[in-house]
Order: sequence, then C-alpha cells, then structure tokens
Amino acid sequence: MKHALKPSQYLILIAVMLTASVGDTLLSRGMAQVGAVDLHHLPLLWKALFNPFVISGIVLLIGFFASYMTALTWADLTFVMPATAFGYVVVALLSRFWLHEHLSVYRWAGIALIVCAVGFVAGGPSRTEHEGEHPELNLMDSGTGR
Amino acid sequence: MIKTTSILHAWTAIGGVAALAVVGEVLIAAAMRQLGDLDRIRERSGLPGAIRAVLSSPVFLAGALCMALNFFAMLYALSIVDLSLAAPAIASLTYVGNAVAAKLFLHENVDRRRWLAVLFVCVGVVLISR
Repeated sequence: MKHALKPSQYLILIAVMLTASVGDTLLSRGMAQVGAVDLHHLPLLWKALFNPFVISGIVLLIGFFASYMTALTWADLTFVMPATAFGYVVVALLSRFWLHEHLSVYRWAGIALIVCAVGFVAGGPSRTEHEGEHPELNLMDSGTGR
Repeated sequence: MIKTTSILHAWTAIGGVAALAVVGEVLIAAAMRQLGDLDRIRERSGLPGAIRAVLSSPVFLAGALCMALNFFAMLYALSIVDLSLAAPAIASLTYVGNAVAAKLFLHENVDRRRWLAVLFVCVGVVLISR
C-alpha cells in the first residue's frame, strides 16, 4: 500500500509547494498597488494585468498550475492538497529567517499543524486505485477514442 | 447597517471564490486522472503532445474555466476583503470542500489520516494568517 514516488515526482511536489505561495504573495502585493476594485470599476482588473508584480505572480501561478496538474495525473487530489498548504509554511519561514520578521506563537502552532498534516498524508498511499482502472489501458483508450 | 451588508458581501465573495475553486479543482483532478501519468505521455510524445493531451480533454477545459473565473473572483475578493481574512478563509473552505468533493465525486479513499490532515491544515492556515 505504500507509495513509491520517483525523485522527479518529489520535485514536482516541491514546485507545487513553492510556486503557489510565492505567486500569491506577488499577486497580493501587485493588487495592493492597483487599488480597490469593485463592480463599478471593473476595468481596473485590466489595468492590473500590466502591473509587474501581478505579471510575475501570474507567471509563477502558471508554473504552479502545470506542476499541480502533473501531480494530479499520478496522485489523489486529497494527497496533493497538503502540499499546497505547505506553501504557507514556506512563506512564514521565509519571513522569519530571510526578512527577520517576528513569528507569533500562533504562527508557529500553525506551521506545526500543517507540517503534521503533510506528514499524515505522506505516510499513506498517494493514489486510490479503482477497480478496472489501469493507466496503460486508459492511455490506449484515449488514443483510440480520438 | 452598512457594516452588516459589507460583512455579508465579503463572505459571499469568499464563499463564491472557494466554491469556484472546489468545482475547478475536482474537474481538473478528474480530467488528469483520466489522462494517466503525464510524465509518461511527455516521454512518448514530447511536451507539445502532453499539452495537446491535456487541452483536448473537455472536462479539463470546464475545470480551467472555473479556475479562470476563480482567479478573477479572487482578485475581486482581495480588493474588498483584507488579505488576512480572505486568504485563510478561502483556503480553509477550499480544503474542506475539496476533501468532501474528492470523496463524493472522485471516489478517493479519504481515510482517517486524510480527514485529520484536512482539519489540521484548516486550523493551521487560520493560525498562520493571524
């Protein structure tokens, strides 16, 4: 029942952890520069697409999307989910050790909880195997179907 | 009065963003599961082949549409709600919704350790955003 992930698959999961959190941080910084958008000022969203922080955020989120989708082809959604949550831990640790911000007890507790969650899920199988489901057969099916 | 409407407004935005994310992620996960190992497809037919395989899946396209809507809904939500509330609220709701939807629609084996992980992630995300 234990899963055996290849080194390349671990790399994909690490990319999932890093790109989403850093991308979101860039986006929020960019949107703070753009200003408040409401229903009467929707064109501001278009303007946001030209902000450098928003652009780099989008690039990272595309990278996230690609690695996330790759992971979903060999792992369960509920297996990959804690990996995305680990991004919060990365951001918190970066702000602590790189920006030397103070982390409250709450934040350390949050970090511990998410690390535990990743541990729980990583200890189990990465994929629910459904009966009658076989990757090779699926590939052949999709090939003949087109 | 003004405050209550804005709270309702904020939580509607948060709920909407989370719902779009759950629908999008479940559709994409279903499409990817159908597709099979993307690394192997890439070995066989290269990156263009892998991209073509993904893009030719209607389920994926529906999921991607939801995620695109989610993206703009998120930009909108972040402009009316503080990031410190919106980010953990959306993330927690999405994690719970994903786990339930993965069990119901993808028939994933969400065992006790995965439910525990969902719970820990939700509480952890809220704590870390304080």
